[in-house]
Amino acid sequence: MNIIVCIKQVPAKDAPLAIAGNWIKEADIGFEMNEPDSYALEEALRLKEKHGGEVIVLSLGPERVKQTIKEALAKGADRGIHIADDNFAQLDPLGATKLLAAAIGKEKYDLVLTGLQSDDHGFGQTGVLLAGLLNLPHATIIMQIDVQDGRLKLKRELEAGWFQRIECPLPAVLSIQSGINKVRYATLKGIMAAKKKEIAAITRESLGVAIDATQKIERIYVPTKTKKTEFLTGTPKEAAAKLVEKLKFEARVI
Amino acid sequence: MKILVVTEQRQGKWNNTSFETLVAAQQIAAATSGTVSAAVVGKGVTALADELAAKDVAEVLVVEHELLENYTPDGYCTALKQVIEAAKPDLVLFPHTYQVRDFAPKLAAMLSKGMVGDCIGFRNEGGKLVFVRQMFQGKTAADVTFTGAAPWFASFQSGAFRADLLAVRPGGKAPVNAAKVELKAEDIRTKPLELFKEAKSSVDLTQAPLIVAIGRGIKAPENIAQAEALAKALGGEIAASRPICDEGWLPMERQIGSSGQTVAPKLYLALGISGAIQHVVGMKGSRTIVAVNKDQNAPIFEIADYGIVADIFEVMPALTEELQKAKG
Repeated sequence: MNIIVCIKQVPAKDAPLAIAGNWIKEADIGFEMNEPDSYALEEALRLKEKHGGEVIVLSLGPERVKQTIKEALAKGADRGIHIADDNFAQLDPLGATKLLAAAIGKEKYDLVLTGLQSDDHGFGQTGVLLAGLLNLPHATIIMQIDVQDGRLKLKRELEAGWFQRIECPLPAVLSIQSGINKVRYATLKGIMAAKKKEIAAITRESLGVAIDATQKIERIYVPTKTKKTEFLTGTPKEAAAKLVEKLKFEARVI
Repeated sequence: MKILVVTEQRQGKWNNTSFETLVAAQQIAAATSGTVSAAVVGKGVTALADELAAKDVAEVLVVEHELLENYTPDGYCTALKQVIEAAKPDLVLFPHTYQVRDFAPKLAAMLSKGMVGDCIGFRNEGGKLVFVRQMFQGKTAADVTFTGAAPWFASFQSGAFRADLLAVRPGGKAPVNAAKVELKAEDIRTKPLELFKEAKSSVDLTQAPLIVAIGRGIKAPENIAQAEALAKALGGEIAASRPICDEGWLPMERQIGSSGQTVAPKLYLALGISGAIQHVVGMKGSRTIVAVNKDQNAPIFEIADYGIVADIFEVMPALTEELQKAKG
């Protein structure tokens, strides 16, 4: 079973965000693998261990994205594809997915996996749009994958504690819910092995995809507060004492 | 502006975010001198359509078919594409549910359009609609506009609008019309099977008056004991944001948020929780919210009544001690 995993590189969770127009200043911050995508990668590696085949990681973005592809290779992916595009933060979900779909179209695969959403833009559309563009069946928010007789048996999460079982033919696109598995760390051996693995570089232009933006992020900003928060200051002990006082006599909840 | 709201029901029960989205549509219509139609999709949904017809809408579209009894992305996309092509709305609105996330972006793409998902509000800026959504896990908001010709597609997050503001139709009911859709069994490639809940949880957080919730800031499972000691001193239940339960540090039944429990206790004490929207939708109805976080810009402070900007590992023991003293 050959599996393509789409992975995005996003600003590190604790990175201080300095807003610049409709994106952020990238200069002084770290980047990391989008956490929801790490669950998709792990699921692909587990499926490969069970059913054989190849795991290919695909990522779109500037040069820095290669580091995240290398991390995936160190964890056990077989090879990487990097669609180089310095301006990818300006793509809308449909535009970005058209590029991914064009690169996927050149490969032989049985399954395409994505994470649920990215921790930066948070559109959460890539998997569903890929299915549309590649004309494949899909399912999202997947909590369990079994492959039986060439078909997928899936457990899909719904809201408020409900789940649903779904069957789906292959090839297919699945968006993986975070928490489906326990993500592995790269081993030293894996990191060494990754050095010999291939990362194919393709340019956005070479894919020959026409992109008309359907939406535009005009600006981003720190949201204005709707509720007035009373900040309690002092040493932790002082703040704790003030809080207990407030909860007892002002909010009257304890 | 002609607005079509695609409502959501499952097995004859509404997803209530549908009504919030209808309110959003009514407000956009008021701002743009537009009209609102509502579609209900499924099989045997006449009673639901009738209910919608009592709201202040111009028309209710009944999208019924044998193959729409159970939701499938293929079935919904194929049917709704026909509905949109026939009704020609300028704006198609959805509640931002798990089901909508599963098909609406593809439906828009089938019409070569984009979708702005998970919006929390809108503004009318001189005839141009600006949609507001969150980015970076709620740390920033973004103003988003559509480029290109209508129809445009957008979804509104649960809780973004108040369902109790839904205007009813003055005098009589709106016309209920059947939308004609053609659907073949072979159009539907996935096979939906049973719906189920996991083993019933032993703790019912929805009934807990006092909740101490932990997030990523707790750093390691061995630190949870400190939060548990605090919960014990308070006499409350321990709960967590999704990442903590994903890691297996606390059982899934203690998860608060869109995929877990929705709670509204007297007191919600959030420790090291940044306030990503998936978490906030599950607790923002709490009477008093206290947030402790070392990042003063954490979005959780936007909804907190009391905030302490500090390291939770310094605050937890101090607060435990003060609570024990107070209860004496």
